[in-house]
Amino acid sequence: MHTTAPVIDPGLTFASVTDKISSIVLKRKTPIWWFIGFAISFMLFQLMMLAITQLLFVGIGVWGVNIPVAWGIDILNFVWWIGIGHAGTLISAILLLLRQKWRTSINRFAEAMTLFAVAQAGMYPIFHLGRPWLAYWLFPYPNTMTIWPQFRSPLMWDVFAVSTYATVSAMFWFVGLLPDFATLRDRARSKPFQIIYGMLAMGWRGSARHWHRYEMAYLLLAGLATPLVLSVHTIVSLDFAVGIIPGWHATIFPPYFVAGAIYAGFAMVLFLTIPLRKVYGLEGFITMRHMHNMAKVMLATGLIVGYGYIMEAFFGWYSGNKFERYMIWNRMHGPYAPYYWALILCNIITPQFLWFKRVRGNLLMLWLISVVVSIGMWLERFVIIVTSLHRDFLPSSWGMYEPTRWDWSMFIGTIGFFFTLLFLFLRFLPMISIFEMRTILPEAEVEE
Amino acid sequence: MTDSSPTLPPHRRHLVPKLYGVMAEFATPSDLVAAARRSYELGYRRINGYSPYPIEELWEAIGFHRTGLPLIVFLGGLVGGLAGFFMQYWMEVINYPLNVGGKPFNSWPAFIPITFECTVLCAAFAAVLGMLALNKLPQPYHPVFNAPNFAMATRDRFFLVIEASDRKYNHDEVVQLLKSLGPLDVSDVDV
Repeated sequence: MHTTAPVIDPGLTFASVTDKISSIVLKRKTPIWWFIGFAISFMLFQLMMLAITQLLFVGIGVWGVNIPVAWGIDILNFVWWIGIGHAGTLISAILLLLRQKWRTSINRFAEAMTLFAVAQAGMYPIFHLGRPWLAYWLFPYPNTMTIWPQFRSPLMWDVFAVSTYATVSAMFWFVGLLPDFATLRDRARSKPFQIIYGMLAMGWRGSARHWHRYEMAYLLLAGLATPLVLSVHTIVSLDFAVGIIPGWHATIFPPYFVAGAIYAGFAMVLFLTIPLRKVYGLEGFITMRHMHNMAKVMLATGLIVGYGYIMEAFFGWYSGNKFERYMIWNRMHGPYAPYYWALILCNIITPQFLWFKRVRGNLLMLWLISVVVSIGMWLERFVIIVTSLHRDFLPSSWGMYEPTRWDWSMFIGTIGFFFTLLFLFLRFLPMISIFEMRTILPEAEVEE
Repeated sequence: MTDSSPTLPPHRRHLVPKLYGVMAEFATPSDLVAAARRSYELGYRRINGYSPYPIEELWEAIGFHRTGLPLIVFLGGLVGGLAGFFMQYWMEVINYPLNVGGKPFNSWPAFIPITFECTVLCAAFAAVLGMLALNKLPQPYHPVFNAPNFAMATRDRFFLVIEASDRKYNHDEVVQLLKSLGPLDVSDVDV
């Protein structure tokens, strides 16, 4: 590794790591920007509640979806949010298996991001059902109609994949938090906090026997979460690829979607951690090394995504199928062409700046690139969903799609909900894994 | 701090807390591991270390090498996978056969994604619940919490306990041994 920046500030000790991270939750005065940020997020969250109420009262017609574009930005946002979530699992599970020590200071935060993003994602398909109160029909339960779900459909796979992903991510997160709850329990001064963290810690006492089983459980969970995260976005991509719509029916979809998910997820991690480390003074924990590494992951996955776009165009031409050819021509020159070219600009051109070390070391540039990539990944799903559906085979069934203000309210509202959860997390839970930070300190070495 | 106080009359002796063990407090992980190793070498088996982060050398030193957790997780995954597949098989082939696009009723490749998800789900539950069950958590009360300074076990202190239930246990010998291992403090732990 030619980047010389350390993974952790060498001046830190067990005591200072513990005190610094736990004081954010227990001691430091809640900063004023926290209240402002929380208030804004909470307001937007209320917008989401309003949008959902409107949707339930009036019906799915308040959204812009209709035949032929029955999957509008609602399914788009589902894919976008769940993709963002994937970076958290990648950082916490895959990088753990690869023994990447630098993951340690960002995994807790990234896992929280995963959970909150999956919570947003999970809402969309349910509300998109039209009769969301019947969502439980998706689960195989014995019912008076004496029928069962149709398990050959990727939409059913999705139900199992997303619910498993949400459950396993939540368990992984909670297990990771267990020793830190004990730390907070022992540091808390006020009775209510002692009781709440005490209950969450379940009586954790740092016994060597417990640690052994704990480490084993954590490792096994990482081993399980790794194929899981790959399967989730693969299955999401199969929602499209199994359909025979031109622009969807392509074998490149699974790897291309997984790479896109990681790409979007790392962009979101950078987008959030760059300001956070600054305001909480955590530069000793989340160092420039992290920034460089995350930028490199973004560059690598960005290139895979770029390859995916090129292959999509190539397949369209090489297939010799006139519908496929028209699909790609329509993307580039049709009514939604500006979206396509904006997508190319955001997702292929912009990440090329990350080749330069100066750019990777410049936090403002990195932050701006992560914003651009997040928008780009949103546009990618817009292009895949809308341009493929709006002109498929018969010109007589072509149509146009435009999101309504309720579509936008719901989307902006979920961003508000996401940040509401994130602000609560920052205030009440340790955003960096304290016990894992202790393990990478120099004094943690046992001298024989 | 308790001693088995012989000064109390017999009918009041039940008021004296029973002893859980003797605890030594160390400043560094190396001291703790060395002390644990020494105690184990001397034949003590009911010993346990407490540390703010996982120390592989420590559980090796107290002779705790194997855990049944991988087996539990494997069985969890196996049960989940079989249940996941045969749930679909039973519903789509036996209980409610439905012709979908001319595919066979037992179109097993299409059942694999859900089989996989069920495998992972059950294995993950087995890992988490198995870890908690083997560790006997949640456990709100434990004698070691009575020890002075034990709150530091979640910050930067390292503790070694030789439990009174050890077959070789002799209070004075154990106290002497622990004092000889360079601790910051040695104290009795009440049950």
